[in-house]
Amino acid sequence: MLLNIRHLREIKSGVKNLLQHKLRSSLTMLGMVFGVGSVIAMLAVGEGASLEALNQIKRLGSNNIIISSQKPLEEETQQTTRSFMSIYGLLYDDEVRLASGFRHILRTVPVKIVRQSGRLGERAIDLRVVGTVPDWFRLVQRPLIAGRTLSERDMLQATNAVVLTEYGARRLLATRNSLGQHVKIGGEYFEVVGIVQSESGQGTGLQAPDQQIDAYIPLKVARERFGDVTTRITSGSRTRELVELHQIIVEVDATAFVESTAAGIEAMLVHFHKKNDYQIAVPLALLRQAEATKRTFNIVLGSIAGISLLVGGIGIMNIMLASVTERTREIGIRRAIGAKRRQIILQFLIETMVLSTTGGIFGILIGLFIPWLITLVVGMPTVVTSLSLILSLGISMMIGIIFGLYPAVRAAGLDPIVALRHE
Amino acid sequence: MQVALEENSPFEAVFEEISKIYTMGETRVCALDRVSISFARGSFWAIRGASGSGKSTMLNLLGCLDRPSSGRYLLRGEDVSRLDDDHLSEIRLKSIGFIFQSFNLLPQSTVEENIALPLYYQGWEPAQSFSRARMLAAQVGLSERLGHRPTELSGGQQQRVAIARALANDPAILLADEPTGNLDSDTGLEIMKLLTDLKNAGKTIIMVTHEAEIAAFADHQLVMKDGRIDAISH
Repeated sequence: MLLNIRHLREIKSGVKNLLQHKLRSSLTMLGMVFGVGSVIAMLAVGEGASLEALNQIKRLGSNNIIISSQKPLEEETQQTTRSFMSIYGLLYDDEVRLASGFRHILRTVPVKIVRQSGRLGERAIDLRVVGTVPDWFRLVQRPLIAGRTLSERDMLQATNAVVLTEYGARRLLATRNSLGQHVKIGGEYFEVVGIVQSESGQGTGLQAPDQQIDAYIPLKVARERFGDVTTRITSGSRTRELVELHQIIVEVDATAFVESTAAGIEAMLVHFHKKNDYQIAVPLALLRQAEATKRTFNIVLGSIAGISLLVGGIGIMNIMLASVTERTREIGIRRAIGAKRRQIILQFLIETMVLSTTGGIFGILIGLFIPWLITLVVGMPTVVTSLSLILSLGISMMIGIIFGLYPAVRAAGLDPIVALRHE
Repeated sequence: MQVALEENSPFEAVFEEISKIYTMGETRVCALDRVSISFARGSFWAIRGASGSGKSTMLNLLGCLDRPSSGRYLLRGEDVSRLDDDHLSEIRLKSIGFIFQSFNLLPQSTVEENIALPLYYQGWEPAQSFSRARMLAAQVGLSERLGHRPTELSGGQQQRVAIARALANDPAILLADEPTGNLDSDTGLEIMKLLTDLKNAGKTIIMVTHEAEIAAFADHQLVMKDGRIDAISH
């Protein structure tokens, strides 16, 4: 039965009937209000939670492939052997092979990471010294706050230039004029040529390629000044490691080729590496996975909320059925006066639809309010999508029809003579 | 008895060999047994009889609330005995006015709204239907009570509202089922006076009652017994 402008009169009359029983109507509506409210609120919370994860992954770059050196498991166990040096990880040659051997690879960024303390006067900070190339700043795009990023000339001339993060700059340089200062890293002095914004990623296990304690220097400089061997002394035992490159970040020219390229890289690395000493991370795959998780999450939350909508609908049906019994006499009177069956059906159907739709509208208000409150109090991000609003309003109207139909048909099916005699 | 299907028939309602049989499980109850009778236009009838004599069944059939098992019912010359539910509703809406023992007003609606209810189903505009309701309320002497709800009225006043509502569609027949049964005798007499006035204005009225005193207001009396007409007096 289509509701159109011709039924405006019936709708008005339905609203009037409902207003004559204010308490009953509002109690009936309550189930719908909270059902719809919880649907919207739950979806908003779910959407907000997953949005943050998705953003984090997107920051890794959906066209990127991140290959990291990883200490093989077997060498991890041999660590106790004295004066053992483990040699593993990505090679300078790997980068060359990647850069030349793949059609869809746009650029490769080799990364060498050295832990060193940075010092300026009396101030000191532990730095993650990242030896890399100018392309790094194209892959990991962070706003430049002052100065410049590393240049090709720095590479060629192997200048002692360093780009600090905002965090590092604040810790080391304090109030002094930042650029042009000479920071002592390890045993060398580096000139601060630029400052980029820090990555403030926290939470999720997915790490962006950069950290706030980074100091970027030319790869060649890192290799010459700090070498490939790291010696670490932990609780009396000495471990020495020889790692050429810690990371190679690869940018693929189009999203469509990311996964095939990742497979190609894997095949190439398997060929050249005897040990399983690397790890390939594909943010796009993570993104897909996160999106799948988000879908599951939404389905679970949605079904829970859907159940509350269902309960709300059953509540409406219950009251409407009770109301049919209670109003049997009224139905008999209307029928005796000349109301047709379908006019009685329409009357009851419109009443349930008005109830459920009004409930739905109040539910939307609650559904908007709760996520706002959650964000305000807990600080959790929430996103109310217009889809969830349309969906829940639509569902509440549907519930009005579905659960209103049975009581309405029952009401109309009453024999007017019997209905009139009803006490 | 054969009656011509003519527009200018002097009869408002004609029963031809009307039977009504109810089946209750195994038993068959014959509520009306081949009843034939004609109700003239503008006449006032009282139907009397013991309970179970078939007088209520007769009124339900006259009011198109039910269909006969066999026989023909001509209302203003039109055979309505085989119509479906929708068409019967249509006949009730246009040609029948009901007055009940227990008034049967909508308790949550005002006097005005109750009187206008048949007009709502006829599709009248609210303004017009309320103006007609006010006119009818004045006719039954309730102009001062338009905004009241039935519970705020006396029994006599409620029955007046019911009469006004029954008149809203300007019916062919006014059917009254024990209209004074819930009223004290003085008020009952007032209601009977109102009905007599309506008869004098040309309405056909058929009333079921068991009180001889009330039946005396009618021009014709019909006594039912075991589903048959026992006696007719004029």
